[in-house]
Amino acid sequence: MCGICGVLNFNSNPPKANLIADMIGTIRYRGPDDCGVYSSGKIGLGHARLSIIDLEGGHQPMQNEDGSLWISFNGEIYNYAELRRDLEHRGHRFAGHSDTEVILHLYQEEGEECVRHFNGQWAFAIWDARKERLFLSRDRLGVRPLFYTWKHGCFIFGSEIKAILSYPGIRREIDLIGLDQIFTFWSTLPPRTVFKDIQELPPASCLTVEAGNVRSWSYWHLDYSRDDEGLTEDDWAEKLLALLADGTQIRLRSDVPVGAYLSGGLDSTIVTSIIRRYSETPLKTFSISFEDAEFDERKYQREAVQFLGTDHHEIRISGQDIAEVFPEVIWHVEKPLLRSAPAPFYLLSSLVRQQGYKVVLSGEGADEILGGYDIYKEAKIRRFWASQPESRLRPLLLKRLYPYMGSLQSQPASYLRAFFHVTASDLLDPLFSHLPRWELTARIKAFFSDDTKSRLSSYNAIQEMRDSLPTAFLEWDPFAQAQYLETRYLFPGYILSSQGDRVGMAHSVEGRFPFLDHRLLELAARMPPQIKMKVLNEKYILKRAARDLVPESVRKRAKQPYRAPDIDAFFAHGKSRLPYVEEMLAPDRIRQNGIFNPEAVGKLRDKLRRSDAIGVKDNMALVGILSSQLWIEQFINSPRIDSREGKVSDDVLINK
Amino acid sequence: MSSLINEVRTFIVDNFLFGTNGDVLSPEDSLIEKGLIDSTGVLELVTFIQETFQICVEDHEIVPANLDSIGKIATFVRLKKGAC
Repeated sequence: MCGICGVLNFNSNPPKANLIADMIGTIRYRGPDDCGVYSSGKIGLGHARLSIIDLEGGHQPMQNEDGSLWISFNGEIYNYAELRRDLEHRGHRFAGHSDTEVILHLYQEEGEECVRHFNGQWAFAIWDARKERLFLSRDRLGVRPLFYTWKHGCFIFGSEIKAILSYPGIRREIDLIGLDQIFTFWSTLPPRTVFKDIQELPPASCLTVEAGNVRSWSYWHLDYSRDDEGLTEDDWAEKLLALLADGTQIRLRSDVPVGAYLSGGLDSTIVTSIIRRYSETPLKTFSISFEDAEFDERKYQREAVQFLGTDHHEIRISGQDIAEVFPEVIWHVEKPLLRSAPAPFYLLSSLVRQQGYKVVLSGEGADEILGGYDIYKEAKIRRFWASQPESRLRPLLLKRLYPYMGSLQSQPASYLRAFFHVTASDLLDPLFSHLPRWELTARIKAFFSDDTKSRLSSYNAIQEMRDSLPTAFLEWDPFAQAQYLETRYLFPGYILSSQGDRVGMAHSVEGRFPFLDHRLLELAARMPPQIKMKVLNEKYILKRAARDLVPESVRKRAKQPYRAPDIDAFFAHGKSRLPYVEEMLAPDRIRQNGIFNPEAVGKLRDKLRRSDAIGVKDNMALVGILSSQLWIEQFINSPRIDSREGKVSDDVLINK
Repeated sequence: MSSLINEVRTFIVDNFLFGTNGDVLSPEDSLIEKGLIDSTGVLELVTFIQETFQICVEDHEIVPANLDSIGKIATFVRLKKGAC
């Protein structure tokens, strides 16, 4: 795993190598093992390398035999060995044994279409010197990040936004619509980011810059068109397990040892169990545990460890720990957050690094693609109830949701009815499954200042989402519609990014995700929804397929979504745990940054002082305001953005 | 009655609206439909009523018919106090 950056300059001045070195210096933690800069003519490319495959060779930016192609690549192409064999049959000769070289050769052979053959997670840039063409691509689900901007005839890109911001002359401004989107969906809708004029290359996209023109297109789409193929449940389970086993095996390809995250839930236990089956070497596993029992899953983690026989390490996390690293977490995720939940993953990756590991497999993605989330269950119950609105019994199913939310469980049926009430027009809304969540989240925009509100008065984030749905969406099953909304937006924008790539790479740790193998994803999309969630039994087909791979206690336990303390991480008994929390929420500082209403923030602060009964919305509001303030301080107000780890030395520069 | 309504309104505006847009909330507006109250909010509201008006709210009384608008809350509190 690595960091990439570059500049394509259409003006007379070639990009200066030392400026590219400064860019890559800002994200050096993504690749501390090696570093390289190439600049020639119009192009400058930078690379920070985390060496995983072909430790001796594999230096980047890498060129082909005649120097007409240069690549800077972040990620893994897991099927590189198979692709290479095929290329060798077609006469290609390879200098080393890295996957990077395979990309170059396949590009030579097939041009931009080469990406369709890749199974993996990637963000790369290829400079095609003969055509004077810059070609960028990002993996299907957006595991690896890529951003870009235009400035004075220069096209500038990087794995992280801070690399772009460090380039001279780039303005750093808030994109208020991006902020509005985060305060609705928890993430922006790509290509928009929360920085004005800086774009994200969306998942499954390519972008070509040639002769001053830009062309971008998608090479793959999430498609939930059903095809039952006449299969029985056993057939589906068998196919699922076969792909999961293969997807896990190819993700073990590495020249350094590979570990695994173990949450105590079904998905990571299955992945770890498959690794145990196919690998002889001792396996290290890593877990987050919480001091607060409400969030802790140690009991199940230990049962899984006993069953799997791994060398297990855990990091025990308190509220104070979260508060201490939160400003650093915001530096890495580069956007406001509505939850503190990325912070424990930031601490976990530091444990992995201390143990000398840089690659971990995890169960990420299973809930999205095989139907594990409560939001799918909630939508199913609401729809079931709406078909007989007068039913007295149907709303009682709502108690099956959110078993960990005590305040909800204690509500009488009349309140449950009122909270989850479904109207006839709701049922017709394509966003039916997610509207309650987004509308609840959007209410925290009440904390925006009058100025922010007036500048956003003509914008409606939920309507933009409705307008951006693919035409096939309305033909899909409601369950698939909910899956699409989750997998297309929250997943890349928050789970894989803020809670994934960014907090892993902060400590130079690469995540690999067998459930995100696109073959498995395409299989799951074709399955009948009722075998993903059988009545209210989530991930039914996975439990069936993997029944021999996990201990019974883990297979039969109630699903507990991963959560971390939010307000309680920053306040104890009404008092802030660390001085920066009060500083960021102080009326003057709020007024100075202009985004929020100081009086409203003051009233929220007062409520925290006097009350323990704090709901979901208040938690999101507090974390959202605090993280926005920290984000503004670090990215907008700071005099400049540079490396926090010192300058990159000149000997990495390749000038031609 | 009007001071009772004002007291309830102040609590709701401060606690659920954080002082914003309080003037647009009428005594008849549904707190649920306006998105002001969630499951924790109901518990906050009940605690406020018990502490402020020194009355005991029974579990079976925690229903939207009693608590879902400023007017309903005021009527509920008045009846409970009268019954004591």
